[in-house]
Amino acid sequence: MDASPTPEQEELRAQARAFLEATPEPTWGALAELGWTGVGVAEELGGAGLGFLEQAVLHEELGRALTPGPFYGTVAVSLPALPADDQAAVAAGEASWALALGPLVPDLDSVTNVAVAGGDGVYELVRFERELLATHDATRPLGVVVGGEAGRRLCSTEVLPEIRRRSLTALALEACGVGARALELAVSYVGEREQFGRPIGSYQAVAHPLATTFMELELARSLALGAAWAISVGDGRAGLLAAAAKAQAGEAAVAACERSIQAHGGIGFTWEHPLQRLIKRALWIRSWEASTSALRAEIATRLIDEGGW
Amino acid sequence: MDLRDTPEEAAFRSTVRDWLATNVPDELRGYGFGVHTDDLTALRAWSASLHAAGYAGLTWPAEYGGAGATLAHQAIFLEEAALAEAPPHVGVIGLGMAGPTIITHGTPEQKARYLAPILSADEIWCQGFSEPDAGSDLAGVRASARREGDRFVVDGQKVWSSYAHVADHCILLTRSDPSSRRHEGLTYLILDMHAPGVEVRPLRQLTGDAEFNEIFLSGVEVPVASVLGEVGGGWQVAMTTLLHERGTLGIALVSRLELALRKLVSLARDRGATTLQRDAIAREWVELEGLRLTAYRSLSALARTGVPGPEGSILKLQWSEANQRVTALALDLLGPDALLAAGNAPYGGWWQQQQLRSRGNTIEAGTSEILRSIVAERVLGLPRSR
Repeated sequence: MDASPTPEQEELRAQARAFLEATPEPTWGALAELGWTGVGVAEELGGAGLGFLEQAVLHEELGRALTPGPFYGTVAVSLPALPADDQAAVAAGEASWALALGPLVPDLDSVTNVAVAGGDGVYELVRFERELLATHDATRPLGVVVGGEAGRRLCSTEVLPEIRRRSLTALALEACGVGARALELAVSYVGEREQFGRPIGSYQAVAHPLATTFMELELARSLALGAAWAISVGDGRAGLLAAAAKAQAGEAAVAACERSIQAHGGIGFTWEHPLQRLIKRALWIRSWEASTSALRAEIATRLIDEGGW
Repeated sequence: MDLRDTPEEAAFRSTVRDWLATNVPDELRGYGFGVHTDDLTALRAWSASLHAAGYAGLTWPAEYGGAGATLAHQAIFLEEAALAEAPPHVGVIGLGMAGPTIITHGTPEQKARYLAPILSADEIWCQGFSEPDAGSDLAGVRASARREGDRFVVDGQKVWSSYAHVADHCILLTRSDPSSRRHEGLTYLILDMHAPGVEVRPLRQLTGDAEFNEIFLSGVEVPVASVLGEVGGGWQVAMTTLLHERGTLGIALVSRLELALRKLVSLARDRGATTLQRDAIAREWVELEGLRLTAYRSLSALARTGVPGPEGSILKLQWSEANQRVTALALDLLGPDALLAAGNAPYGGWWQQQQLRSRGNTIEAGTSEILRSIVAERVLGLPRSR
């Protein structure tokens, strides 16, 4: 048993963080040049041929940086449904995808292609119009497709459980990044801001909720990494762990943003402060795919009714 | 990262599981987590059989009678023992605290004298750190050790001491320099609990059990040869003890929580659960898996760096609050039957007893308030609150 990241994974994280700090809004082509869009694509298709644990590092760092663009929807959600040529196009930065699993479709402002599940297959959607909807999180727009019809068959729907595991885990990892950033901002602020002649972080009423936040995020991160590992080796518990990770991380990230706003006082409540963007992404993640209570209901069914553990 | 047992670890787990299945005495299985004097003979026999099988002091170096095993092996043993509802070795204080401290700071004579009987359960240890006026603020210790020739004369009072009523030795933190303050002037002694002037009185806790004791010390003579570490250097030695207290504690706590949650799920199956109760059960399962994976990360970091991270504090704090919620949830599932105790109650009153006992979890081994301050100041780097 070894629950530590490899030196290569740590190096990838350091590189990703440095790049995203220098380049807050990278183009899809720039991510392709870094090898990120093809992180899990086989080397013979022009990808990096890495595992889901390496992909996990990128989801967490992209979440932390609130990087806009279709990385989550393309790499975590759509890619497992794509034939080899389309995977190669993603790796090359020539294509990006959204998979419409319900009426709301993410990143519809930027993706080159849209897939849709119907019957026993996943198909490319053709001859449709895009309509963007008003939402709060500007970094991850939502839209609906109008009209359209099924084009090429991409794969069987048998891939959908695997897609769901990857989607939930990627969301959990993003949430860990968002929450960690919100906590860092709070820690930095309360260490400097003085009232009554002392830094406000020296008051336990201010400090202890931040300690709680750290612990909730650590649990979330452990679950998200555990789910990512289970996916990477095809472990049978991957689905259950992914649901657990998304439930914990979605809640922990929202709570981290809420407590960070509270710790900042008025300044944290302003439009100019980065926290308004962080909490909107955290709320996006918490509600997307399945809400916390829906995930817990699934877990309860598995534990209590189906005797799964 | 690979969360699976290595083939070698899997073989060890299988051996441990088989051994526990046939060797835990029926009268001790599901015994719970406290110590009761009337079970002492059986617990000593159980501990001796653990020792004979090589499972006592797994991580102790072989030269001191341990198995020299990895932390992963220790974790596997703790997981399997919890799921088998096996009682712990009666020498938990000796194995987890006194022994490792003696291995780190002891003289060759102290190592030769004290270590082997810990493993075999021939001698039981207790801890004399807390005092009525030195709880969370351990540096406020006042029990005095006055040097007289080749001995110290000890006077004072210790409290919340598990196993003191049956212990042969005590790791005792004293103030040897009466003019000193706080962390200076403390001396760490090995106290013979059978020496004249040592009086132990049980502390009956709100569950009705008496797991803890007060120790009264009047004019107790302790030879200078029983100083552990340097005279006046007791604080550093005490920190070694506390570090070990939280070493693999996380795995043990997580394993206990898993056992409780498995029982909770079968309770929900037996008696039915509302939608809200089902939601709460799922929430606790998520918490449990998060704690387990955090414990694994912590163990891997410890194995790699040799330095325990802050996870020990995090795990203890989160476990204690989770255990309180899980036992409260069980009472909710039991409805009015939650009011019954012992033989009248479903499952022998285990849940009612556990709910009451869990109130101590957020106090013992570091209160939740102290642990949150540790996380805030030492992990997050926030300004000190005092």
